[in-house]
Amino acid sequence: MDKSDITHHISQQFNEELEGVRNMVLTMGGLVEKAIGDAIEALVTGNSELGDTVATSDYKINSLEVEIDEECAQIIARRQPAASDLRLIVAIIKTITDLERMGDEAEKIGRIAANLGEENTVNSSSYSAIRHLGEHARAMLHDALDAYARFDVDAALKVARQDAGIDQEYEGLIRQLITVMMEDPRCIRHVIDIMWAARAIERIGDHARNICEYVVFMVLGKDVRHTTFEQMEAEVKSAT
Amino acid sequence: MNDNQTMTHGVDIGSLRKKGPELSLDREDVCLEVKNLDLYYGDTQALFDINMKIPRKRVTAYIGPSGCGKSTLLRCFNRMNDLVDIARVDGSILLDGDEINSRGVDVPDLRRRVGMVFQKPNPFPKSVYENIAYGLRLQGINNRSTLDDVVEWALKGAALWDEVKDRLNDSAFGLSGGQQQRLVIARAIAVQPEVLLLDEPASALDPISTLKIEELIYELKSTYTIVIVTHNMQQAARVSDYTAFMYLGKMVEYDATDRLFTNPKNRQTEDYITGRYG
Repeated sequence: MDKSDITHHISQQFNEELEGVRNMVLTMGGLVEKAIGDAIEALVTGNSELGDTVATSDYKINSLEVEIDEECAQIIARRQPAASDLRLIVAIIKTITDLERMGDEAEKIGRIAANLGEENTVNSSSYSAIRHLGEHARAMLHDALDAYARFDVDAALKVARQDAGIDQEYEGLIRQLITVMMEDPRCIRHVIDIMWAARAIERIGDHARNICEYVVFMVLGKDVRHTTFEQMEAEVKSAT
Repeated sequence: MNDNQTMTHGVDIGSLRKKGPELSLDREDVCLEVKNLDLYYGDTQALFDINMKIPRKRVTAYIGPSGCGKSTLLRCFNRMNDLVDIARVDGSILLDGDEINSRGVDVPDLRRRVGMVFQKPNPFPKSVYENIAYGLRLQGINNRSTLDDVVEWALKGAALWDEVKDRLNDSAFGLSGGQQQRLVIARAIAVQPEVLLLDEPASALDPISTLKIEELIYELKSTYTIVIVTHNMQQAARVSDYTAFMYLGKMVEYDATDRLFTNPKNRQTEDYITGRYG
């Protein structure tokens, strides 16, 4: 299927319903992306106010999840979608779960940022590493949503491949933070907080990869969850 | 998911599924086989080079827009098209490996082996009992206790016995539409066919009667090979194991129902089942 497919139903109403719920997902994705960006910014700049705003704004993402779920249930009940329409709805229901979890991760980072505030006792190279990791994860989500919006499996594959890079970066950052703790045990408490934030960012990368898997399912009807990247790539190649 | 992926972490996913392993036509026992079938009404060709194997003791559904040839194809399976003067059939249809279009075929016996149920219930203007006994009487069976047994067995098989057991001698026309349709199915199974052809069996019925017919189809497939034509795609998705999509007299796609309704291979199939204009 491609993007034009969802506007070609005999029922104009159905076109509008599908387009509407798809746009809601993109809106939700945009909110999550912003939350992640703000949370990272708050963390590395020690802006506890911004961190607090991120943490207290998560309810918007949650309520969109509920609304989209409700709309999907309505579409299933009214239209009994089949084939690519059914896959689209299933992919949306799964995508928003991952988006909501990413929102929770951003909330966590925001909370950590709010608590840490300006007591910046970690060296700046760790902060630049976490900024880089966070930017990487945020870009991954952005590209995953883009692949979703354009029904683009090749783009989805590209994004999914980046997850391994995030994992590597995360490992590197953890090693760096361990060194910091060994050098100065007084900052252990803070570094543990930073580690939690890094962990949250790493999870965001995993969720972005999940969304890419749903894009493959939605477009090609291939279920590539719980496979290695190479298996995923082979499945996509065999179907296109 | 691929067949080779059904074993994940040592867990056989297939065994967890209620329905068992994925269906594949290659693994089925073939009941009816259609080879290079063309059908003409006068100069007009209605079916084009149809090739398919219909598996035994499964439900195979035909879907497609009006006039695509699905009922015409269904009627080939018990030579109902013989009754249409201008119809001409080329190609072959094998029932258990034997050609049904051969000259020597006993057509009434073929129609006993391949029973048919139509869109509108068509009970005979007789009692409930005589409707069922009719086919047996034609075969020369008149023994009262044999007939009693068969009538009860067939009505139970069609999930109608409890509703009509106290009114077996009443006219069949007194039954509701859904009951009449189940009566007609009972009449078809009374002569112990191998194949049941159902041409839109529930399209004239209310939703509850429709569900009863669908439930009945599910029960009957353990004994009979069932071929159903339906306009109701959700019904095809619910009751059938395999689905064939026909368009303009051609077989466009024929696959396991689970696959055809979630991930059809053909663009025309996709457009039809999702309600798109091509």
